[in-house]
Amino acid sequence: MRELHIHQINSQHQNTLILDNITLHLNAGEIGCLLGPSGCGKTTLLRTIAGLQPISQGEILLGEQLVSSTNTHLATESRKVGMVFQDYALFPHLNVEDNIRFGITNFSKTQQQERITTLLELVDLSGKEKRYPHELSGGQQQRVALARALAGKPQILLMDEPFSGLDVELRENLARQVRCILKTEGITALMVTHNQNEAFAIADSVGVMNAGKLLQWDTSYNLYHEPNHPFVADFIGQGVLIKGTVSSCCQVETELGRLKTNVCDDFSPNQAVSVLVRPDDIIHNDDSTWQLEVVNRVFRGSHFLFTLKLGNGEKVLCMSQSHHDHAIGSKIGVTLEMDHAVVFPLQENTPQESKE
Amino acid sequence: MIHLLKQRINRWSILTTVIALLLTIPLWVLVSFVFEPTNDNWAHLSNTLLPEYIINSLWLMLGVTIGTLLLGIPCAWVISQYQFFGKSVLHWALLLPMAMPAYIIAYTYTGLLEFEGPVQTALRTIFETQTVNLWFPEIRSLGGAILMFSLVLYPYVYLLARTSFANQSQSVMHASRTLGAGPYKTFFKVALPIARPAIIAGLTLALMETLADFGTVQHFGVATFTTGIYRTWTGFGDTTTAAQLSILLLVFVIVLMAIEFWSRKQARYFTGHNQPLNHALPTLTGRKSALAFMICLVPILFGFILPALQLLNWSITVADTQLNAEFFTLVWNSFSLAFITALITISIALLLLYVKRIQHNPLIDNTVRIAGLGYAIPGTIIAVAVIIPFAWFDNTLDGWAREHLGISTGLLLSGTLFALVFAYCFRFLSVALQSIGSGLAQIKPSMDESAKTLGANNWVILKRIHIPLLSSSLITAFILVFVEVLKELPTTLILRPFNFNTLSVRTYEMAADERLADAGLPALLIVITGLIPVIILSKMIGKRHA
Repeated sequence: MRELHIHQINSQHQNTLILDNITLHLNAGEIGCLLGPSGCGKTTLLRTIAGLQPISQGEILLGEQLVSSTNTHLATESRKVGMVFQDYALFPHLNVEDNIRFGITNFSKTQQQERITTLLELVDLSGKEKRYPHELSGGQQQRVALARALAGKPQILLMDEPFSGLDVELRENLARQVRCILKTEGITALMVTHNQNEAFAIADSVGVMNAGKLLQWDTSYNLYHEPNHPFVADFIGQGVLIKGTVSSCCQVETELGRLKTNVCDDFSPNQAVSVLVRPDDIIHNDDSTWQLEVVNRVFRGSHFLFTLKLGNGEKVLCMSQSHHDHAIGSKIGVTLEMDHAVVFPLQENTPQESKE
Repeated sequence: MIHLLKQRINRWSILTTVIALLLTIPLWVLVSFVFEPTNDNWAHLSNTLLPEYIINSLWLMLGVTIGTLLLGIPCAWVISQYQFFGKSVLHWALLLPMAMPAYIIAYTYTGLLEFEGPVQTALRTIFETQTVNLWFPEIRSLGGAILMFSLVLYPYVYLLARTSFANQSQSVMHASRTLGAGPYKTFFKVALPIARPAIIAGLTLALMETLADFGTVQHFGVATFTTGIYRTWTGFGDTTTAAQLSILLLVFVIVLMAIEFWSRKQARYFTGHNQPLNHALPTLTGRKSALAFMICLVPILFGFILPALQLLNWSITVADTQLNAEFFTLVWNSFSLAFITALITISIALLLLYVKRIQHNPLIDNTVRIAGLGYAIPGTIIAVAVIIPFAWFDNTLDGWAREHLGISTGLLLSGTLFALVFAYCFRFLSVALQSIGSGLAQIKPSMDESAKTLGANNWVILKRIHIPLLSSSLITAFILVFVEVLKELPTTLILRPFNFNTLSVRTYEMAADERLADAGLPALLIVITGLIPVIILSKMIGKRHA
């Protein structure tokens, strides 16, 4: 188990920059996760660490060892990285046991057997040693792929969308199990996904990527509450951006009233800005005198998500308990519960209802 | 139960069953000879020649296995894994030898390597010796036959191996690399084992062709089943022994078919649902690029370019004297025969497949499957199997007519073009079934259903939806059958009407008379026509990969 250090790397494919000046650091034993829309470069980043793709600039270090730079490229097979592929990439002609054995043929026979037994127990597949990949369910294949990648005690484990082929109900559960396994083995791991629930379930640090850039590398909590980029604000959780004007130090004037911010130096007084409003900033309260009109409502089972219209026509989101139904067009009482506002330079296109 | 039976037995199912039964009569007749007692010829055969047939066939199969694997797999690997100089041409040019029937390449190499041929002449010039003492390997031998078959049959291995290599999820190979395996271990422990079922499937096809061959082994004097059947039939006129030899050969074929079937099933597990390659293939440069180029060039050079040049050379030498009315009669005979056969074959195939599609009836599914068995059966066997029932029918009818009507009906079926076309239809029906079937499979059932909701009946659906959508697979099927008929030697040789000659028969006769140059022109025409399906095939593959 080693730490991973990536310093200002670029990767090109036919003159387009796939990775643009990426820097990140993962401590030994830490689990990181790269989050982003498809095509943002997150898989490419993983492939550069595995040595499946060269970099055009920067450095990648595994522990103390320089594995990739402008003129260094350690072959994949010499890097001791474990990788779990999106399609699992199990060897179809080998059974479970031999798939796991593939990377540890240099171990003694007894050591191999010991390791296989331990790993199968760990991934809860004892008794399935002789099965072939096509005889296993998707979730079982995924766990074999994990066991195979872990067998040789890699310096770092890389996982490329490891849960994407599975049922939605399975994913989070499995993500938690995988986290447990990785922590048991004390493995440094980096995973790629486009599903934030998976990322939150598994990772210590999460990076949000877009268009080849790593926008923010932080804890899940901070990504949600302190996004440093409008894209991150939009990609993580739900929320809208409303217009505001910086009034004085650490304050911003909006349709919701005067809000406190904690970034003071970046903005000048009277500057027009965008302010992030999450659904949990606006609390539904029937007793409140502050009434807003419901323009849309979505039933989410555990709660209602209302879209409310502010006085100037801007819209914000608000959650209420699932038995609090209000018809579109009616007015509901709300209160504001915002510690401090997240402020960005004025955005052209205010994201409205963002994705899951 | 009665209701179920009524559902299954209707005029459509009766029609297909009757067609399939009629078409497969030869097969049933042949099978009936299993129970026929053997005669003296058989006793003689089994003591002397039969062991030789079996041993030669086994050697051929072993040799062709090694030869096709050695030629096919390296090409498949470099083409599927790398970018290199000339690949865009080589990847389809590797299929060219498919246009070269084994018996024709055998004739050209006989000509190239004989004492008077260009190779030995050149060697004598180089070494300035006029003596005959210069040792030179005899091409007309078992080893020579193996070489000939390998050179024209490796494309089966190449094609299936290449598809398998290319379809292997790249992540499987990357997974192997992340687990510490270098390129060689990855090839031998991962890529090759995963492709193994596909390679075996391709190999069995090549071996079936080897067993079915008559022209090459006859010319090279290698005694095998096909030459044995031919000899027993034409030499002794012994139907029973010919049929019994055929059955023995069929046993070999059935084993190969079983292996092929099993391999294809296995191959499905081994490839599964893989995304197409989206990462660019690594580009080879310098010496490695040259090596990849040479690996692919060698089989094309010896399997197609050299023999084709030899044929061209012969054709030019004899063009003045040979391009006459007799030759054009030959061309007319061959082409009209192939045309009519192809037309009838695709009509039957279309009818069977269409009934199968609208009936959803396991009985019909199996009937169609049996009707498509002909492809595996060597032409020599089919010829013998067609002659036997047809001759019986003619004799019986003639006897009956003489007795009751006082006239002789003579030979109505045997020795006519009808018998020949019938045999071709049985042999090549599966070619048409496969091609049209894959086209039909692409027309989704929902299309039929939506047409029905719009008020169209089955006939209208066939006419206005299926035939327009199927036109390209119908044309492909037509061309494939056409060319197969043109190339087919033993069936034509045995069943052709008296004095009716085709290109393939003329090629054979000229070669048998040691007039190799005179065989050049008809052979060249067969090869050129054979190029058409190869081009279609490479285009189809190109489309699938695009």
